[in-house]
Amino acid sequence: MTEKKLADWWNESHASLYEKLGGEAAVNAAVDIFYRKVLADPRINRFFEGVDMEKQAAKQKAFLTMAFGGPHNYTGMDMRRGHAHLVKQGLNDSHFDAVMEHLGATMKELNVPDELIAQAAAIAESTRNDVLGR
Amino acid sequence: MTSITYGGNTYPLDKHQSVLDCLVGHGAPVPFSCRSGVCQTCLMRAVRGVPPEDSQRGLKDSLKLQNYFLACVCHPTDDLEAALPQEVVCSLPATVTALEPLNGEIMHVSLECHAPLEYRAGQFINLFRDPTLGRSYSLASVPGHDEHLHLHVRRLPQGRVSGWIHEELRAGQTVEIRGPSGDCFYVPGRPEQEMVLIGTGSGLAPLYGILRDALRRGHSGPIRLFHGSRNRAGLYLTGELRELARNHSNFEYVPCVSGEEPAPGLEGGRAHEIAFREIGDFKDKRLFLCGHPEMVSAAKKRAFLAGAAMKDIYADPFNVNAAP
Ligand SMILES: Cc1cc2nc3c(=O)[nH]c(=O)nc-3n(C[C@H](O)[C@H](O)[C@H](O)COP(=O)(O)OP(=O)(O)OC[C@H]3O[C@@H](n4cnc5c(N)ncnc54)[C@H](O)[C@@H]3O)c2cc1C
Ligand code: FES
Repeated sequence: MTEKKLADWWNESHASLYEKLGGEAAVNAAVDIFYRKVLADPRINRFFEGVDMEKQAAKQKAFLTMAFGGPHNYTGMDMRRGHAHLVKQGLNDSHFDAVMEHLGATMKELNVPDELIAQAAAIAESTRNDVLGR
Repeated sequence: MTSITYGGNTYPLDKHQSVLDCLVGHGAPVPFSCRSGVCQTCLMRAVRGVPPEDSQRGLKDSLKLQNYFLACVCHPTDDLEAALPQEVVCSLPATVTALEPLNGEIMHVSLECHAPLEYRAGQFINLFRDPTLGRSYSLASVPGHDEHLHLHVRRLPQGRVSGWIHEELRAGQTVEIRGPSGDCFYVPGRPEQEMVLIGTGSGLAPLYGILRDALRRGHSGPIRLFHGSRNRAGLYLTGELRELARNHSNFEYVPCVSGEEPAPGLEGGRAHEIAFREIGDFKDKRLFLCGHPEMVSAAKKRAFLAGAAMKDIYADPFNVNAAP
């Protein structure tokens, strides 16, 4: 292998999911589609009533960045604290499932290959217990 | 070496260090949360120097144009002087040049600044009755076109500032203003994009500025303005707006009344509901929403669900502060 090829091989095999998906640009493309699905879903949109849309969109963006394996500073503790008031309002597995569904559908809409969708879903899935305060 | 000036101090920026890390490292009170350019908590503005494009990713165009940037992902190659958004606004005296009622409850206020004020039509200033009592009013004037600043102030029952403007303020008097602030204004570029402007009551003020600014800058896409009030007496500038519509084939003016039978030339219903009835799809449209906070918030959500991109929605809810 030439040096150039070796470097390419290294980069490709070690690129994070976030980079493979297209980094920040991918998150930007996804956030409106994803958030629109979430807001339009009668199963979960009551959790978004009365909140400032702009701030909420920034949070959706942070969530997608994390799900895509991008740079983020979320900890399990933040997840718990951030969702505690929603758990009190009845947030449960069915709602988490709905969000996961929208995450998958958003990526499908953006023609993301299935195996990368599965990787992102696995990252998001790993936050389930923290989000639901268990 | 690149340096960052903030709060009167200048700090050298280490290679690979972000503006946020540098400032926080020196104990400067800059807020932050994600440290990765996502949450926008560390939003700052360059008051001298130009921030790198990378540090403006994800910001609204109107913020980019004002040199706002995210400190946590900002690695400038030139010296910058930075300020937090709320520290940017300066205070200056302005003399009232005219006060004319636009209708029974809204007063046109014209102000001449003692120093030139750089602003965009649709931004707002804070007008002070005394040093501790000030309120926000949107700018209906267009810089470079209107000589003075124009405000449309609606009088509220027992309103401490609006009541004072209506009853006691006189031409020739000098007041203190601070500003401008706000990012609800026309951004040049994409002149063919459709624009929808929806406002209630004195929410017409910023829209009147934005509309004329867009037309003057040669916006060629369709522009529709929906202005609503309960009754006909609450509408204003109808003559001027009809004239603009006559002179610009891409501009349509839709006055709406929700509390009485519409007369010829008026639509019956709430402005935003009529807009949503006439425009089903908001994909790729630029939207401006001003006035009643509940209207703004409801319309924002509806437009977003109808396909508008978040970055294409510009809004100024006229939150009325009921606190003493
Ligand atoms: C970004 C922005 C732009 C704006 N642009 C415009 C504009 O272009 N034109 C415009 O007309 N307005 C605009 N506003 C609204 C404006 O800033 C003021 O809020 C408005 O003029 C009322 O101020 P005031 O001092 O007259 O009334 P306030 O004295 O603040 O009283 C407001 C209302 O609350 C009631 N109230 C006061 N105190 C209490 C209390 N303790 N309990 C219950 N009720 C109370 C009063 O009766 C009154 O009806 C804008 C607001 C924002 C945020
Ligand atoms: S700290 Fe979140 S964008 Fe900078």
